[in-house]
Formats: sequence, C-alpha cells, structure tokens
Amino acid sequence: MAFAGGADDDVLSIDGVEMTSKVAAPPALAETGIDTAISGWHFREDDTQAMQTDSFDNPAMLAVERAADVWNTVEGTEGKSCATCHEGPESMQGVRAVYPKWNETAGEMRTLAMQINACRTENMGAEAYKYDGGDMTAMEALITVQSQGMPVNVATDGPAAEYWEKGKEIYYTRYGQLELSCASCHEQNYGNYIRADHLSQGQINGFPTYRLKNAGLVQTHNRFRGCIRDTRAETFSTGSPEFIALELYVASRGNGLSVEGPSVRQ
Amino acid sequence: MRLVAITAAIVVAGGAFAQEVAPTDVSYGEYGAVEASLSGAPGNAEAGAEVMSQRSLGNCVACHQVSALGDVPFQGEVGPSLDGAGSRWEEADLRGIVANAKMTFPESVMPAFYKSEGFIRPGDAFTGKAGTEPLPPLLTAQQVEDVVAFLMTLKDE
Ligand code: HEC
Ligand code: HEC
Ligand code: HEC
Repeated sequence: MAFAGGADDDVLSIDGVEMTSKVAAPPALAETGIDTAISGWHFREDDTQAMQTDSFDNPAMLAVERAADVWNTVEGTEGKSCATCHEGPESMQGVRAVYPKWNETAGEMRTLAMQINACRTENMGAEAYKYDGGDMTAMEALITVQSQGMPVNVATDGPAAEYWEKGKEIYYTRYGQLELSCASCHEQNYGNYIRADHLSQGQINGFPTYRLKNAGLVQTHNRFRGCIRDTRAETFSTGSPEFIALELYVASRGNGLSVEGPSVRQ
Repeated sequence: MRLVAITAAIVVAGGAFAQEVAPTDVSYGEYGAVEASLSGAPGNAEAGAEVMSQRSLGNCVACHQVSALGDVPFQGEVGPSLDGAGSRWEEADLRGIVANAKMTFPESVMPAFYKSEGFIRPGDAFTGKAGTEPLPPLLTAQQVEDVVAFLMTLKDE
C-alpha cells in the first residue's frame, strides 16, 4: 500500500508570508502513528494551491470584503455594529486560532459561529445568523483572516476536556452502512487516493474554505456533514453538540499549524 | 433408472428452492469464507466487472486497483491491488470477503457489501437522513456472485 500520492513538498506562502503547513505532531496525535500534522493544502492540485497563495486570486476574499462592510453596519435594537465595541476587524487577531473556546460566563463551549451569534443577539439585539449561512461564513472568514499565519492553539484541558473526549469518540466511531470513521480515511489513509480524491488528514486550520465545487465558502460543520453523509450514515446537524465537540477535537489535532483560512479547496 | 429419478428430483428442487440467502442468514466459516452461492445461481463475470467499476454499484475501484479494468479511470489505493486475487483465494473466500470483509480481516476499512443491519446511525443511502434497518444491502446476492465470478478470472500471469 504505497503512499503514491502523499503530501507534496511545496511551501505555502500567502502574500509572501510563509505558513507553518507541516508541524511536529501535537499531543492530540499521540498514539496515532502520525508524526507530522499536515495542512490539507499539501494534498491539492497545483492550480488549486496557487489560488490560495495570493489574496487577489483567492475567491474567498470577496466574502471577506463583504463582511468588512457588515462589520461597520449598525443592526438590531441596540443601534450598534461590531465596530461599536470591537473597533476594526484587526482587533480580532488571534481569535480564530483559539476557537472553539470555553466561555466562562455562558458556561458553554463556543465555536466562532456561536460567539458571533451571541454578540448579535445579546449585544446588538439583532437576529442570529443561520449557523452555516452565507453571512455567517463571510463574517467567520473576516475574523479568520486576521489570524492568518498564527498557530492554531485550542485548549483541551479544564472544562474543554469533556468536549474533547466526546469529539475523540465521534472521530473514531464507524458510522453508516459503509462503517467508516474519520480515522478510516484521514488517519489510516491520508496520502492515498480514494477514487479521484486525494485524502488529506482532514485538518481544519484552513476553514472556512472556499470550495471550487460549491463556488462558495464552506464551514467546518458542513464538511463534517458531507464526510459523514458519504459513509451512508445519518449525519449530525451543523451547530449540534456533536459537531461542536468534534470541531474542538479535530482542531486540536492541528495545534501548531498556521491558521490558513479562508483556504481554497477543490 | 433410479439415478435418473434422483437427478430429476434435484433439478426440480433446485428450480423450486434455489433460494437466495438473506444477508442475516449468511453463514461464515471460521476465517470468513462463505461456501454456497448467495443467490443459488452462478455468477456472471462480465456483469461483475461492471458492478466493480460503477460508482453507483460496488465502486470497488475507489479503493482497489485492477489492471483488467484498465479503462476505468481513477482507481484508488486504499486497499491492495486485486490483480491475481483469483489465484490467491478460493471462490468461497472471495464470496466471504465481498459479503462482509470484516469476517476475514477484522477492523478492515472495506465495507460489507451484503449486510443489512447492525450499523451505527444508518443512513438512507447518501441523503444524510436516517435510514431504517434492515437496509437494502449495498449489492444484491446476484451482484455479489457476479463480482466473485469476475474476481476468479483475475489469475496470476
Ligand atoms: C455591545 C458590544 C458588542 C457588540 C456590538 C459586538 N460585540 Fe463581540 N464581544 C463583545 C464582548 C463584551 C465580548 C467578550 C465576550 C466574552 O468573552 O464573553 C465579545 C467577544 C467577541 C468575540 C470573541 C473574542 C475572543 O477573544 O474570544 C468575537 C469573535 C466577537 N465578539 C465578534 C463580534 C462580531 C462579529 C460582532 C458584530 C456582528 C460583535 N462581536 C458585536 C461585545 C460586543
Ligand atoms: C469515506 C472517506 C471519508 C471519511 C469517512 C471522512 N472523510 Fe473527510 N474527507 C474525505 C475526502 C475525500 C475529502 C477531500 C479531500 C481531503 O481533503 O481529504 C475530505 C475532506 C475533509 C476535510 C477538509 C480538509 C481540508 O483541508 O480542506 C475535513 C476537515 C474532513 N474531511 C474531516 C472529516 C471528519 C471530521 C470525518 C469524520 C466525521 C471525516 N472527514 C470522514 C473523505 C472522508
Ligand atoms: C473503502 C475501501 C474499500 C472498498 C470500497 C473495497 N475494498 Fe476491498 N479491501 C480494502 C482493504 C483496505 C483491503 C485489505 C484488507 C484489510 O483491510 O486488511 C481489502 C481487501 C480486499 C480483498 C482481498 C485482497 C487480496 O488479497 O486480493 C478483496 C478480494 C477485495 N478487497 C475485494 C473488493 C471488492 C470486490 C470490492 C467491491 C465490491 C471492494 N473490495 C471494495 C478496502 C476496500
């Protein structure tokens, strides 16, 4: 079973800034046999890779621009915009890298999408965005791009530990009629082709991702859903407790990789 | 005369009772082999080649490379090449591997193609919605036999 495809040796730089797209395995990968966490970028075709190296060529940047306008737009009963409390989007530097994150006040594990909606509903008196709708993914992309190049560093201890354990259990469960787990494809077989698809480690440091196939931004939970659906299983829904836990766990498998989003994938 | 009568009786019985074995009734040997045809009929190798190639059927080439199916694009590398499988294995072994590979290779990532229940969050095909067990197996009894017939043609040169 040769790793005919494998990860390539190219270097990922975005607008001239070099990303850490391969890094010594973080603690979450202990006992997996994986010695290097590798960004999904290394498993893509050259032309797809190229689109991510220059912001002008990255189709996700249109959504980022759109969200930058929304950032300054007053909405809701409180007469506020994001900018009212947070100044410019650059104030969000470092945020993407540590989400999902435990929120002490609310006593819950929050994904970035949950935090954005918490600010909209609680701080602005505005409507929550649809969890994986276009407005949400665009805002996520705007916040994410502020952390580009910073190492993913989600906490897995303290109150996060039980979510992490739950996410891990989901990662190794063989769902559906095809009885495949995330690990079947992304741990045991990354680098191999499954039909026309070159399997990566299923890292999420590049999310949200612009998928050429969908011609739009895709969130982590959308990707999870697609992968579980492909095992002929009943999926979990976006924003579900299962996917929140899974997101934390999968993120931790990439601790140390650069935040790369919004990335471009086929 | 007596012999002829018995043969005739078997032929009649065969016709009447050439019963399909239900997915839940398949009997696997200690190492996962299945001796008898699941459909009660022999397989057709040509139909089997089609089942192995089609995305909507077996899609075996998603994971396996098969030189005899050279014109089928994008053959995967998750499983071993199946070239020579018909020399490495007996027909009963191959039937067992296709019906439920985990009886032969515990923990294998290879899906069970003739299994209808016992899944975690079984879905309704690729809709992502819940399915109700028993699910139709991925392949029919006859399709399994067709695939086995094709695999038996994959001999070492
Ligand atoms: C009325 C003030 C207010 C408004 C308006 C507001 N926020 Fe917040 N935001 C906060 C406060 C306060 C926190 C810290 C909350 C906490 O830690 O519990 C916060 C935290 C955040 C965080 C998490 C930062 C971190 O370090 O974990 C994000 C992301 C965020 N806001 C995004 C937004 C976006 C996007 C909008 C507009 C759609 C917005 N906020 C509007 C007050 C506001
Ligand atoms: C049947 C095989 C299969 C299974 C099972 C599977 N995936 Fe995937 N996954 C793929 C393929 C194919 C792709 C697209 C190529 C790639 O990036 O690996 C993909 C892509 C991804 C990506 C995008 C990676 C990137 O860099 O853009 C993530 C994240 C992911 N999968 C996570 C998961 C998780 C979590 C699970 C379990 C809930 C899972 N996958 C189960 C096949 C699978
Ligand atoms: C998701 C991946 C996958 C799919 C789909 C798949 N297989 Fe396999 N198969 C494997 C793996 C992996 C092995 C190696 C056994 C193990 O897991 O230890 C294997 C082993 C085998 C073997 C024994 C290998 C040998 O020595 O020749 C045969 C025969 C076989 N598969 C036939 C098939 C057929 C026929 C189909 C379709 C009807 C199929 N496989 C679909 C992954 C797969």
